[in-house]
Amino acid sequence: MTISIDPQKTNNESLQPKGWLRYFSFSLDHKVIGIQYLVCGFLFYLIGGTLASAIRIELASPMSDFMPRDVYNQVLTLHGTIMIFLWIVPVVNGAFGNYLIPFYVGARDMAFPRLNAVAFWLIPPSGLMLVASYFVEGAAQAGWTAYPPLSITTPQSGQIIWILSVLLLGGSSIFGGINFIATIIKLRRPGLKLMQLPMYCWAMLGTSLLVVLSTPVLAGTLILLSFDIIANTGFFNPVLGGNVVVYQHLFWFYSHPAVYIMVLPAFGLVSEILPVHARKPLFGYTTMVFSIMGIVVLGLVVWAHHMFTSGTPPWMRLFFTIATAFIAVPTGIKFFNWVATLWGGKISINSAMLFSCGFIINFVFGGITGVALAQVPFDIHVHDTYFVVAHFHYIVYGGTVFIIFSSIYHWFPKVTGKMLNEKLGILHFIITFIGFNLCFAPQHWLGLNGMPRRVAEYDPQFQFVNQISSLGALLMAISTIPFLINVFLSVRNGKNAGDNPWNALTPEWLTSSPPPVENWEGEAPLIKEPYGYGKQISEQK
Amino acid sequence: MLNKNIYLILIISLVFAISFLIGFNVNLLPAEASINAPIYDELFRILFITGLIIFIGMTVAVIYSLFKFRKRNDQIGDGIALEGNLSLEIVWTIIPSIVVLLIGLYSYNIYDRMGGMKELNHNHEIMSSNSEKIWAGISQTSDNEIAINNLSIEVSAMQFAFLFNYPKGNFISGELHVPVDQKVSMKMESKDVIHAFWVPEFRIKQDIIPGQPTILNFTPTKVGKYPIICAELCGPYHGGMRATIIVEEESDYNEWFNQNKKPEVNL
Repeated sequence: MTISIDPQKTNNESLQPKGWLRYFSFSLDHKVIGIQYLVCGFLFYLIGGTLASAIRIELASPMSDFMPRDVYNQVLTLHGTIMIFLWIVPVVNGAFGNYLIPFYVGARDMAFPRLNAVAFWLIPPSGLMLVASYFVEGAAQAGWTAYPPLSITTPQSGQIIWILSVLLLGGSSIFGGINFIATIIKLRRPGLKLMQLPMYCWAMLGTSLLVVLSTPVLAGTLILLSFDIIANTGFFNPVLGGNVVVYQHLFWFYSHPAVYIMVLPAFGLVSEILPVHARKPLFGYTTMVFSIMGIVVLGLVVWAHHMFTSGTPPWMRLFFTIATAFIAVPTGIKFFNWVATLWGGKISINSAMLFSCGFIINFVFGGITGVALAQVPFDIHVHDTYFVVAHFHYIVYGGTVFIIFSSIYHWFPKVTGKMLNEKLGILHFIITFIGFNLCFAPQHWLGLNGMPRRVAEYDPQFQFVNQISSLGALLMAISTIPFLINVFLSVRNGKNAGDNPWNALTPEWLTSSPPPVENWEGEAPLIKEPYGYGKQISEQK
Repeated sequence: MLNKNIYLILIISLVFAISFLIGFNVNLLPAEASINAPIYDELFRILFITGLIIFIGMTVAVIYSLFKFRKRNDQIGDGIALEGNLSLEIVWTIIPSIVVLLIGLYSYNIYDRMGGMKELNHNHEIMSSNSEKIWAGISQTSDNEIAINNLSIEVSAMQFAFLFNYPKGNFISGELHVPVDQKVSMKMESKDVIHAFWVPEFRIKQDIIPGQPTILNFTPTKVGKYPIICAELCGPYHGGMRATIIVEEESDYNEWFNQNKKPEVNL
């Protein structure tokens, strides 16, 4: 069970650059890798956000007048791919996972530090390759779903580079997943039981299981698709007797769990943040663990709800409706538990708390439209419309991205030793929350009333509502400014944070800020109650 | 304690009342122009009201907690060390399970009423010329009913247009004309990539998949012109891939049909 780590050997300290240069090196320190993931992901977020702005500018008028139509399709394909594979998945898994998991299990690093560094360093080249494919013959333009036959008939170079890039990113994700499972199961400090781990460990364990089980299916599918494109095989090409619906099954077998790969870690992070700022134990630890595992199991058997209009047989539609709707039960339990965590606390209203509460409200909304979308007769009308676009963004932006920001406000003092400015943080939250809801809430109506997704032009009757949505997008773009100013100012001149500014009980706060290379000067602390808030209250009074 | 419960009941009833008020008075859907549409809208209303109750309830709970349990300046220390409550956990596992199950069964019922659970018999008069497998979209009618009337239409989708072939009249049209209140059966095929046939006012959508001829049936109920929209990304001009369905009185339809009808096959 115990694996002793020799400090001299794991890190080759003398060979590693010091200071800011280490962030550009093949560092084996899990904290460095975590920050590499975060900053790299954020840069791609800015690129993906620029593409999103381009989409919203195009849709501010009903005609296709801002960019050529094929470029528009490239933009929406790149926007989806970048946001999913280069921002959300690497950041909620790679960045926070790498930074926090070794602290939480009481280890000095991840189980496989070199694999960890490889997993990160696959990301920048594949991301740059993806972006650069625009300059070859145009980027991929079949959407992030790359459905054949469209993906077979559009310009080949863009699609092939897209496949290569997603394969590399998938590989990175699998390496990360294996590493997290090994670290959580095998590197726990002696005396620390699984059911004493902070909730984020459970979320990452569930997520990593999904990554390891489903990503290889995507890889296989995309390799077959690339054969269809380069070698003229007929796996999915109907002209050669292939079946396009098989591709959809295989694709969604990964890509539905991918949604849980994007939100389960966020569920874990919010479970760390709420108890600290509400000064209360996490409500219902055991049910939270079981509901994560319930979501993992159910998440693997719901993929065909993306295909209700693809000619699936009636019994299959019925099964996937019920299975999908039932995911709402474990998910609902988590939300009730978070509200119960707030209930009766002594809540500090700060940026981290506000973003977390924004997450709860947005995600509940996205979850409700999700249960509606699971119903076949409902889905048949709104499938492939802006209703789905809105639902999806309520989950991944209103849900996960809000939690990414919440986490940055929460852990910034640990990473840098400086506090972020609260006023700028609250300003950031207000603009983001208003902008986000202004952008995406009206899109539900657009979808219900007849605007399909992935279009560059639309019925003029939808212009006004689209302009409201574009205005929201503008606010979202603006909201990045106070955030960036805040980060740059605080890194240089921020108030000193001390080791534990939030008086938190989880292990990462029980070392210096920023933490030393091997996490603790002495032995790792044994934290049996990571959420034991209020336990010593009688002594304090 | 009694006081607290009264407030709780009052707030819950208020949330329900507001949700029902919004649910019954706000219409988010386009006109109803097929048999499917009112059935769909009935499901939509139920989902809308249920969703509102949950959403408003949760939002109120979060905002109330933030306000009521915010840390005052003079406060030190932590909140109460409450780690869980088994009976509460059971309540909020069982109630959502029941709600979700009821919604699932109800939507199954709706789907059945739309004709989604009917199997195709493959005995179309026109369409059984070869033994190809035909996939079924939503159907409101058995095949026997359709085979006897004239309204079997063959839809071809291609980048970036729909073509409507009327085999009985031996002509092809770029507009879909159908008489009101009659069952229409379409066999849809794609010439290139995946497209979709969507009429928002009819609340029906079906992907048109190359290699999978698909049957889609519907019954229009309101005279008028409605857009047919391609809903599956099919290439650069996807947004422009639209057609019009014209629902008209039977006499108008017959007039149009006879004008376009060609007497014999000329290949």
